[in-house]
Amino acid sequence: MQIYLPIAELPVNVLLILFMGLAVGFVSGMFGIGGGFLMTPLLIFIGISPAVAVASVASHVAASSFSGALSYWRRRAVDPALAAMLLAGGLIGTTAGVWLFTLLRALGQLDLTIGLSYLILLTIVGGMMIVESVRAIIRAREGKPAEIRRPGSHIWIHKLPLKLRFKQSKIYVSVIPICIIGFIIGFIGAIMGIGGGFLLVPALIYLIRVPTGVVIGTSMVLTLVTMAYATVIHAATNHLVDAVLALILMIGGVIGAQFGARTGQRFSGEQLRLLLGVLVLMVGLRFAYDLVVQPADLYTIRATEEQP
Amino acid sequence: MSAPSRASIALACGACIAFTAPAAAERLVTTLSVSRVQVASNFIGTDVILFGSVERDAQTVARHGGYDIVVTVTGPRETVTTFRKARVFGIWVNADSRAFIKTPSYLAVLANRQINDIADINTLRRTQTGLARTLLPQEISGDIADSTRDDPFRQAFLRLKIARGLYREAQNGTTFLTPALFRAAIPIPDNVPTGIYEVEIKLFADGALLSRATTAFEVVKVGFEQFVASAARDHGLAYGLATTMMALLTGWFASVVFRKD
Repeated sequence: MQIYLPIAELPVNVLLILFMGLAVGFVSGMFGIGGGFLMTPLLIFIGISPAVAVASVASHVAASSFSGALSYWRRRAVDPALAAMLLAGGLIGTTAGVWLFTLLRALGQLDLTIGLSYLILLTIVGGMMIVESVRAIIRAREGKPAEIRRPGSHIWIHKLPLKLRFKQSKIYVSVIPICIIGFIIGFIGAIMGIGGGFLLVPALIYLIRVPTGVVIGTSMVLTLVTMAYATVIHAATNHLVDAVLALILMIGGVIGAQFGARTGQRFSGEQLRLLLGVLVLMVGLRFAYDLVVQPADLYTIRATEEQP
Repeated sequence: MSAPSRASIALACGACIAFTAPAAAERLVTTLSVSRVQVASNFIGTDVILFGSVERDAQTVARHGGYDIVVTVTGPRETVTTFRKARVFGIWVNADSRAFIKTPSYLAVLANRQINDIADINTLRRTQTGLARTLLPQEISGDIADSTRDDPFRQAFLRLKIARGLYREAQNGTTFLTPALFRAAIPIPDNVPTGIYEVEIKLFADGALLSRATTAFEVVKVGFEQFVASAARDHGLAYGLATTMMALLTGWFASVVFRKD
C-alpha cells in the first residue's frame, strides 16, 4: 500500500512506516524514552532525506512524550518547577539548534553533521550505559548491595550559586546546571531529531541527583515542549515537516508504546539499561559503518535551489 | 495559486496543439494525451502520450530516407549540487562539489532510432539533441560555463539522474505509425517534481533539421498532497502549529484509550 509523502516527495509503503512506528514505539514504551534516536536513523536508512527525517520525527516524539507525560502527571510524578527551569534552557537551545540546522543545510554539510553527531553521541552514551549496567548486574550477582548514592555526597555542581529549592524533587540545587542541561538537550534535539530522554534521565539522576520517582515524568515534559516547539520552528523556517509521515509514525508509536511498557515491567532496571545501551551502541555503530566504509558511489546530488 | 503560475498553466494548455512556422516545407502538428498530470497520494507514475503528424504541402520534396523524430521533454529547472566524497581523517565526507545551474529536473530524449545515426555530430551538437549534448552549465569559481563531456562531476550527475529515472534517452522512444504519423510515450516516474514540462519535437530528414514544434504539459500535486505541500510552503507557522496540535491530540487520545487507572 503506497502513499506519496508530500514533503519528503517520495512514495513509501504505509505498512512499513506504520510498522516502524510500532517497533520504535515498543522500544520507547519499554524504556520510557521518546525513541527519536531510533526513528530518525530508520527513516534515513529507508531513503528519506536526513533533514525531513529530523524535522518530522520531532512531532512524532512530541506525540509519544505527551501521552507519557500525561500519565506521569496524573501520578504526580512530575516536578513542575524543575521542568520550567529545564525548559528555560531547552527552548533557547532548540532555537539555536534550528538556526545551526538551517546554516549547515545551506553549507551542504547537514547530513554529515547529523551522521557524525549520531556516531559520537550514541557510541559514547551506549558504551557508558553498557559498562554501568553490566557492573550493576555483576554486583547484584555477587550478592553485594547496590551502590547507594547518599543525598549528602556533593560534587562541584552543588557548589554553584543561584540555588533554588525544588519541593517535588526534594532537592536544593543551583539553576545554572539545570538550564545548561536543558539548553544542550534542546540544541542537539533540534539538530538530531531526538527528544533526548536517554541523555536527560541519566544527567538528571547523576548530576542533579533528582529522585528516580520524578525524573522520567519531568524529562518527558521537557521532551514534549522542546519537540513541539522544534516542530513549529522547523516548519516555519525550513518547511521540512512532513505531516503525513509524522501522523503514520505517531499512530504506530503510541500503540507500540503500550505493548512496550508492559514488556518493560518484566525486566529489572539494570537489564533494561543494558538492553538500551546495546541498542544505542548499535545505532551509533551503524552510522560509523556508513561514515568509515567507502560508499558504493562517491557522488551524490541534491537540489540546492528550486526554480519557482 | 500565484499569478505567474496561473499564467504558465494557460501557456501550457494553449500550447497543447502547436504548429511550426509556415515557411518550413514540412510542418509538425502534435498533441498530448493530457495537459496536466495529477500527482495524488496513490501516484505510481504514468505515461504522457504525444501524437504527431508530419504535414506536407504541394511544394515539399520527397524524402527518400524517411523522417526522424527526436522528442525532448524538459522539466522545471533547478540548481543541483553534485557532491564528491573523499576520505578525511578516516571518514567519508563531501569534500568537493559542483553546482549545476538551472538544469532540467527532468529530461527525456525520445528518438525513433539511434540518435547518432539521425544526423552528424555537429548538427546534433548545434541543436542540443541527446542527453550527452544537453547544456549543463556549472558554476566553477564564480564563472558559469558548461564543462567538458567527460568531466567526472557531469558524468556522475547524469548517471545519478538516470538512475532515479529522471533523465533518460531512448532510441525507440518514438515510433512511426505511418510514414508521417508518430507516437511517443513520455514516461513520468513517481518522483517527478511539479511544474511545467516543455516538450520539443524535432523533425529530421537526411541528416538535416527540417522543422521543430513545441508544446507543454504540467505536473501538479492534487488533493490532500497539494493541500499539505502548499500549506507547508506558504503558511509554515500555521502548518507547524497544526502538526503540533495533531501530535498532541494523538498523544492525548492514546493516553485516554490505554488508560489503566
